[in-house]
Amino acid sequence: MSVEILGIIVVPFLAALVALAWSDNARRPWLLPAAATVHALLTLRLLIQPPLPASGAWISLDALGLVLLGTSSALLWGCSIYGVEYLRRRKERDNRLFTACYLFMLSASSVVAVSRQLGLMWIAMEATTLSAAPLIHFKRSDRSLEATWKYLIMGGVGVGLALLGTYFLALSASGAAGGSYTLQLDALLALGPRLSIPWLRGAFIFILIGYGLKMGLAPLHSWKPDAYGESPGMAGAALATVLTGCAFLGLLRVYQVCVAAGQLEFMKGLLVFMGLLSLGTAAVFVISQKDFKRLLAYSSVEHMGLLVLGLGIGGGGLFAALLHFINNGLGKGLLFLTAGNIHRAFGDKTLDRVHGALRRVPVSAALFLIGFIAITGSPPFGLFFSEFLLLKAAVAAGRWGVALAAAGFLGVIFIGMAVTALSVAQGVPPDEPVLPGHGDSILTTVVPGAFAAALLVLGLYIPAWLTARLAAAAALLGGVAP
Amino acid sequence: MGQFAQLLLVAAVFLSFALLGTASLSGCVGLLAMQGYCLSLLPIFIHRGGLEPRAFLLAAGMAALKGWLVPRVLTHAIREVKIRREVEPLVGYVPSLIIGVVIVGLSVVLAARLPVSGEARSGLLVPVSLATMMMGLFMTVSRLKALTQVIGYLVFENGIYLFGLLVSRDMPWLLEMGVLLDVFVAVFIMGIVIHHISREFDSIHTDRLTQLKE
Repeated sequence: MSVEILGIIVVPFLAALVALAWSDNARRPWLLPAAATVHALLTLRLLIQPPLPASGAWISLDALGLVLLGTSSALLWGCSIYGVEYLRRRKERDNRLFTACYLFMLSASSVVAVSRQLGLMWIAMEATTLSAAPLIHFKRSDRSLEATWKYLIMGGVGVGLALLGTYFLALSASGAAGGSYTLQLDALLALGPRLSIPWLRGAFIFILIGYGLKMGLAPLHSWKPDAYGESPGMAGAALATVLTGCAFLGLLRVYQVCVAAGQLEFMKGLLVFMGLLSLGTAAVFVISQKDFKRLLAYSSVEHMGLLVLGLGIGGGGLFAALLHFINNGLGKGLLFLTAGNIHRAFGDKTLDRVHGALRRVPVSAALFLIGFIAITGSPPFGLFFSEFLLLKAAVAAGRWGVALAAAGFLGVIFIGMAVTALSVAQGVPPDEPVLPGHGDSILTTVVPGAFAAALLVLGLYIPAWLTARLAAAAALLGGVAP
Repeated sequence: MGQFAQLLLVAAVFLSFALLGTASLSGCVGLLAMQGYCLSLLPIFIHRGGLEPRAFLLAAGMAALKGWLVPRVLTHAIREVKIRREVEPLVGYVPSLIIGVVIVGLSVVLAARLPVSGEARSGLLVPVSLATMMMGLFMTVSRLKALTQVIGYLVFENGIYLFGLLVSRDMPWLLEMGVLLDVFVAVFIMGIVIHHISREFDSIHTDRLTQLKE
């Protein structure tokens, strides 16, 4: 284990412990950017110079882990800077648990990214799930309580089923490896077609359900609108990117094993079905959605659907899905943070009372609109490019029906989101003035602004090093670069 | 698999049935604790000639956690919220028991079809594990009180733990310890949330938790 890998796990963990012990409510939030900056710098080092994967090790970083690590580190770094200002404005609330759990989540998600042992990965996954619960409950209202409860019960069942799938995976190796069980990824990949196929298929189904529940794929998404709607913006961004990203990586790992065992065709059907179902569900619920934070949750269901659709298409779809994962992360960061700003300025998040955000919080509302344009896959932003690649891969694979259905759902979602986003931004705001300290400031808009800029850059030009990293990651899944 | 292990497994199923038919919350917690103790003895007896220190450590950890600590947290929560009974489950007690019987039958059929190898094939471990999981899930979805939902979730976890015993012999025991720790943290957090629910709504009925919907 290199120093950098140790650092990305230990530094946030220690910072979380300090946050628990520190009683200064006003200065404690500074731990967030401090630890996240160290994390981001170490991740940058790992990105520039990826360590050689150590075969057989429990902890080692490969190209797929790097995609998750890079995205979540960048997003949480931005959110942690925003978090200082957010928590300053909410100084009447005790932020001890919030700060500590945010940092615990950063540490646990790093473990997910670097673990090559699927049991260890599951433990870290459960840790991310549990550490997110206090983030959803930060507002301490009855509504946030309800959201937290649904999240805990459904998330608990999800990780339980994923554990069952993990046991199935261990059992699938037992016949081939002379009666001994293993969950080490390299060992499983080496066994390949000698794995017991019935157990492996069972493992894939249970892990798809378990981690799919955590990703919020339809029809397992019912906790998502509640949790995203009631949590603060910076927590929603973390849930929609880091938590779902961890679950996505879990799914990718079992996908890798199934590809090695020659089970690609078996998975493709299920993944395409789940993907299209998620897109369709999102399209239904986005229409006439009055709550713009819940809208973001359905948008997340949509994009999780696109990710698994990319896996189901295979070939060029894998590269597209990984690129889409990065774009979706940036887009969700932008949207959740600006939606939080608008929510704060109006004291409400439904269309009944939120109009004319462009007049009340001009910068946040403009960024929110940019975010909406980007997340619905309009040019010139990154998501347009990755969705285009995805549809192109579907057509190249001869799956015209899938491509047409996906494009149709995307169109409906665009219209549905446009209605809500535009009526938030336009019109005349209610008469009562903004409470002091609830308007726009540089600190609340610079981070979403940076996310928007990054999305624009990714839409216009993908640097060669990023293409190389993504192609290496897609190659691990048996995909090809476009 | 020894005779005693089979006996423990049968006891675990009976306890799940008893949980399905019990209205009193403290009764439920007591039954859950007994199931926890039953399961904690299993690692010692389940593998022939497997009396190794690791099995004893696991058994001790299980007994301390599932037999003692978790029930204590739940008992504390019950005392806090001053509620004794699950008043109206979504599915009545007698239908619940009948569904339990169906679940057990289903698990036996399902277990026979699973390609389990070796000595586990003849034993009761796989069917009991499946039945416990399904009964736990059924309890989680059919009960309205936050506390009974947690108890159902824990029964579900017990079923998964039983399945884990199948692979535990050759696996590094990190996984088992991780599972135990996670269960503890989960129950701890759920206990805190139950406390908040009772303070916020003066009840731990989750049917009050219905503000958020489409």
